[in-house]
Amino acid sequence: MTVIEYPKGPKCYNNCMSGYTGKSASIDLTTQKISIFETPDDLRTKYLGGRGIGVAMAGDRTAEEYNAPSMPLIFSAGPLVGTSAPTSGRMSVVSKSPLTGTIFDCSVGGRFATELKKAGFDLIEITGISDKWTAIEISDDGLSLTEAEGLAGMNISELSRVVGTEGSFAAIGRAGEKGVRFASIIIDGHYAAGRGGLGAVMGAKKLKIIKVRGSGKILVYDSEGLKNAREDIMRLLRASPAVFGEFGLSEFGTAALVDLIHARRMEPTDNFRRTFFPDSAKYSGYAMKTGYQTKKAGCAGCPVLCKKIGAEGAVMPEYETVSHFGALNGCGDLKAIVEANRICNDYGIDTITAASTIACYAEIRGIEAGPSEMLSLLSAIAEKKGETGATLAEGSYRYALSQGRPELSMSVKKLEMPAYDPRGAYGMALAYATSNRGGCHLRAYPVSHEILRKPVATDRFSFEGKARMIKIAEDLNAVVDSLTACKFLFFAAGLEEFSKVLNAVTGMDHNVQSLLAIGERIWNLEHTINAANGFDESHDDLPERFFAEEGSSGAAVRIPPINRKDFLKARENYYRIRGYKT
Amino acid sequence: MHKLINKYICKLEAQGLAKRDDALLIALDAGMFSNRPLTGELSVLKDVLSLMNISSILFARPAEPYWSMIREVLSHAGGADSVVPMDCETRTFFHDIPVIDEFSPQAIASALSRRKSAIIRDRGIVTYGTVTPEQAYVSFSSACFSVYVKYFHDALQYFGAHAANSEKVSKEYLAAFKDISKKADTASPPRKWRVLRSEPPCNEDDVLFMITEAGRAVVSQQLVDSYFGNISYVFDKNIYISQTGSSMDELEGCIDIVPLDGSSSAGITASSELTAHRNIFLHTGRTAILHGHPRFSVIMSMYCKKSGCDRSLCHKACTEKREILATPIVPGEIGTGASGLMNTVPPAMQEGKGVIVYGHGVFTAGDVTFRGPFDMLMEIEEKCRASYFRAVNDLLEHLS
Repeated sequence: MTVIEYPKGPKCYNNCMSGYTGKSASIDLTTQKISIFETPDDLRTKYLGGRGIGVAMAGDRTAEEYNAPSMPLIFSAGPLVGTSAPTSGRMSVVSKSPLTGTIFDCSVGGRFATELKKAGFDLIEITGISDKWTAIEISDDGLSLTEAEGLAGMNISELSRVVGTEGSFAAIGRAGEKGVRFASIIIDGHYAAGRGGLGAVMGAKKLKIIKVRGSGKILVYDSEGLKNAREDIMRLLRASPAVFGEFGLSEFGTAALVDLIHARRMEPTDNFRRTFFPDSAKYSGYAMKTGYQTKKAGCAGCPVLCKKIGAEGAVMPEYETVSHFGALNGCGDLKAIVEANRICNDYGIDTITAASTIACYAEIRGIEAGPSEMLSLLSAIAEKKGETGATLAEGSYRYALSQGRPELSMSVKKLEMPAYDPRGAYGMALAYATSNRGGCHLRAYPVSHEILRKPVATDRFSFEGKARMIKIAEDLNAVVDSLTACKFLFFAAGLEEFSKVLNAVTGMDHNVQSLLAIGERIWNLEHTINAANGFDESHDDLPERFFAEEGSSGAAVRIPPINRKDFLKARENYYRIRGYKT
Repeated sequence: MHKLINKYICKLEAQGLAKRDDALLIALDAGMFSNRPLTGELSVLKDVLSLMNISSILFARPAEPYWSMIREVLSHAGGADSVVPMDCETRTFFHDIPVIDEFSPQAIASALSRRKSAIIRDRGIVTYGTVTPEQAYVSFSSACFSVYVKYFHDALQYFGAHAANSEKVSKEYLAAFKDISKKADTASPPRKWRVLRSEPPCNEDDVLFMITEAGRAVVSQQLVDSYFGNISYVFDKNIYISQTGSSMDELEGCIDIVPLDGSSSAGITASSELTAHRNIFLHTGRTAILHGHPRFSVIMSMYCKKSGCDRSLCHKACTEKREILATPIVPGEIGTGASGLMNTVPPAMQEGKGVIVYGHGVFTAGDVTFRGPFDMLMEIEEKCRASYFRAVNDLLEHLS
């Protein structure tokens, strides 16, 4: 066992400033060496925290394969974590994605970030590969590496029972151990750093679990200012239908979107062959709430509490999960969907990629995977069991390619697209393509204005103005992930309010534009890293299906194929606005 | 882009917010578009765009009476660097409106980096959008609305304070007040009790027609801030309600159909006041509900002679039983929460067919059609306007 004890005295290291602990840790699992270092000032200034600092630190080391010893895996909290700022309990996990090959970050909630900051750390960086399964333990007094061979082979539910409820933990299940390319890292039993396969990076390092418990306090520069800024945000949240409204996220969780996306006829169905699933009401937010008598739960520091837990403890699936195990796989069986979600969380695999890969498999095989086959396929994937399980564990693109049908992988940069059909929202189409981590809805989240009408409604069937909207939103969300705040709050509040929060917490002097400049810097850094790893314009594209096949038109709504010329023009505009082309 | 720019320039003019020739709206995508050539002084605004990560900017000298109001408010602000709105709606979304002296790219960009709009002394109002030019228009309109409410509210307070202390009112202040009041009256739309459909709806199409017709009527009479308000009708176990952020005069395609039993969450895009509307129906059985932000109703709801209260809490915690000419005034914040108007308005609505929410606006409800609620909205605003000027006259008489 390797143990390092911190120097006694104040929690803050040199140069400590409000909002940050000023201290970070680097752990090399090959040498079992632990180093404590000051969180670099220039990184705080240029990249804020969370995603920004994580990407900046990982940057030039991502040329190697994801499982190379030098590949860093970074758990990075933001400056607001541990304070009373709304949704202040998040962090980013950053590394290179085994699935996409891009630089990759996941924003994740739970209590981990809060405990990490309270234990005195802004971030921890893990490199190297242990020769045995290892656990990292972090507390107020020390940081230690212990052998965890006894935990190997455990899934998340079993680990949770062993670990108990004190503090927080980040762990991988058997899928991460076995190197499933879309294995996730699970926080506190059910908050997933879900996408991109960062669980496989952790597994490649033979790191099973990180436990953290802290009791320190995070310095706040201006408590009264923070209180006022928080109240401004809360007032806006209460006025937001999407957040605190009768049908909002607080009441139904993200599954509140099931009925809306259904009504807009843009729910990906049968591997995106259709955009309308008649049985979606069977697994709507209302169906979950009434069927499972759900109660509210959520991340540390969150007033919204969008996580829904059934009366008997079942964790309710998020919108993307319920829709993809539902419509995308032609399944209207809520119990099967909840079970699919449980399997994914327990083994630690990304629900979106898993569901999409099964839908792709079903289309290529010309079958309809019913609920029972869907569930057995999930277990096979997570265990890499048999040829089918092992091939599907590579994700839909590699599977489809192996079958000679790469066009049937509904992915961008090998990352499967979530549950918004791009034919129903053209900003989303462009944002999927330009996303620097692949088919992701959260980089720009144009659903906010194209569907949810915030901050204003835009024409979802038009590319007009979308290039600049997407660019600005990408910059904005890079800031949000670096603060590290929750994107859902930005349905109601904006950087205008969050800059006040940041200034009150840290004593910095930011405004909307200075923060957007940081967001742009982070985005461009990610773009540069990807370009160095071989990504170019050809990767910023959608599967051919969306330009060739009509969606499920009806009820006075037509879902035509996307006009490729218009799409390419918008993408060209985007490159010009970004300065990637003149 | 040109089409969008033209749409909002037309709206500025139609709503009496700014003359076409006094307004500049620039929108960006990959290229730059504007309603006027960006020459001479206007090139300053073009330069602002290069300093900010935004997609549109609107600069205009507001039309009367707004322009005179802004000048008066600033002249009595003692050099303050911002104007704080008095009404709850604008204050929730704006917090405050910075005031700058310099018409330079740096000064404008600096102000707009902190807030959605700014007043440029002796020049006009500047606002921006990051998604569409609509944001810039809405911010401009809301700034005008908040200044309107603030000016008349402050004036009443001023006269009241002088009357209480038997101090003479300044001649300049009074002259400006009379001038602005006249301009406000001239700029108001002709009071027309529009004749809305009187037959009950037979089907969904009728309901949608009634809602869009009433929405247009409300905007044409300037009974809303910008074009925001909300409207609903209960029909066949559903509540038909305008969507959040929808323009009341363009409701076609912007009405959500929400089951009263809550069995579908498709209403997540419905107005933030959906629950208030539904609760009004459940408390009163009235099916046609209108909500607007008529200005004098907002102003008079904040006019209270009681002393010793923390004014910053009145909008959500006032415990007094107040009314204006038999219309109850209740506290209530926008949206949800224990002090939300969804809880305060419905019980008050049982006493009559209209309720004023402190510093916010008016709800009216009726049976069968929107004719009653619309007339009631007009009537309440008329009464509040008359009550305002009566109160001013009484105070001035007391002083003379």
